[in-house]
Amino acid sequence: MTVSYENSKAVFDGIKAAGIRSISALPETWLGLLLQRAEDDPEVDLIQVAKEEEAVGVAAGAYFAGEPHILLMQNHGFFAAMNGIISLAQLYSVPLCMLIAVRGHWGEPYPWHTRGGIVTEGLLQALNIPYHHARDPALVAKEIAEAYTLSQSSLSPVALLLTRDLMEV
Amino acid sequence: MERVHCLELIYPEIEDKLVVTIMGACAQELYDLGHRENFFYLQHAMGLASSIGLGLANHLPHERVIVLDGDGSALMNLGTFTTLARYRPRNLLHIIFDNGSLLSTGGFESHTTSGVTDLAAIARGAGIEHAVAVDSPMAFGEAFVEAMERDDLGVIVARVDAVGPDNYGMDFALPENAFRFRRCVQERRAATGWEPPPQPGHASGA
Repeated sequence: MTVSYENSKAVFDGIKAAGIRSISALPETWLGLLLQRAEDDPEVDLIQVAKEEEAVGVAAGAYFAGEPHILLMQNHGFFAAMNGIISLAQLYSVPLCMLIAVRGHWGEPYPWHTRGGIVTEGLLQALNIPYHHARDPALVAKEIAEAYTLSQSSLSPVALLLTRDLMEV
Repeated sequence: MERVHCLELIYPEIEDKLVVTIMGACAQELYDLGHRENFFYLQHAMGLASSIGLGLANHLPHERVIVLDGDGSALMNLGTFTTLARYRPRNLLHIIFDNGSLLSTGGFESHTTSGVTDLAAIARGAGIEHAVAVDSPMAFGEAFVEAMERDDLGVIVARVDAVGPDNYGMDFALPENAFRFRRCVQERRAATGWEPPPQPGHASGA
């Protein structure tokens, strides 16, 4: 199993098509090719954080600055960011558009991802974060734009879940 | 040295800057000196004030961003020093008031108490070139002036007493602070001739 070059490009192109040029991220395998594109694109402003909760702060700063912004992380990074999501984004009505690579779910061969994969949806529900599974490269650009639009109109965190179907070949 | 005296000292300089402050005593003391629409008070999410500062500074090169942090908050997000060092926003000054205490939650000693942990050394080790520790109002004032004159990322760790205000309260709700701060930032950005990027979804109306 390898990460899909074509579909990573589809996600990246979707981010740009949504008018987003500012990205914060913590690299992980499924996001690798996507982040490489972001790093190589002079139009894109990428900040790699040391821990995902930092990205919530960076996203809030970008929002205050008026800059459309997206966060890229693994689901385990979403867990690490949770207090910032609750006590900055939700507490202050700051929108977050999060693209979350969901590891440890259907078809997961690696034991270390599985606990996180099993609880991800339950945690999103517990936090009242609307989420949607992105599985089809033909739809992902539209789904990114919709996720961003909902985050802005609801002033809330929104999660688009990047699935195995989309990210692996 | 008391934090409130440090804030009084720099207030005339920071009142027109974008200021992000941590929760509790620091936020209240700044507010009591006089709220400005360009002040954002992060009343929770400890550790993220400097990350907000990075997000602001990164997109607003024409602004000076001042982050007012504390030892307890900084200890919760030590990775921020490495991220700041890597991207080196030249318009960001990160001030950490180190009272060696988790004052707002009962005054428990923090890891910096009695100099066990040296936050300025951590910042330097993370790769931030201009990181100094000060323990007098004179030294704090000098470090602040130097930082403002220098066009580079700076960290000032100011050793202060573990004391805070007697009363707490602000006359706005937390989201209101966020809304007003954002509006202020965008009005200032517009005044420089900047136009906001098109917002996806907004063109189609209701």
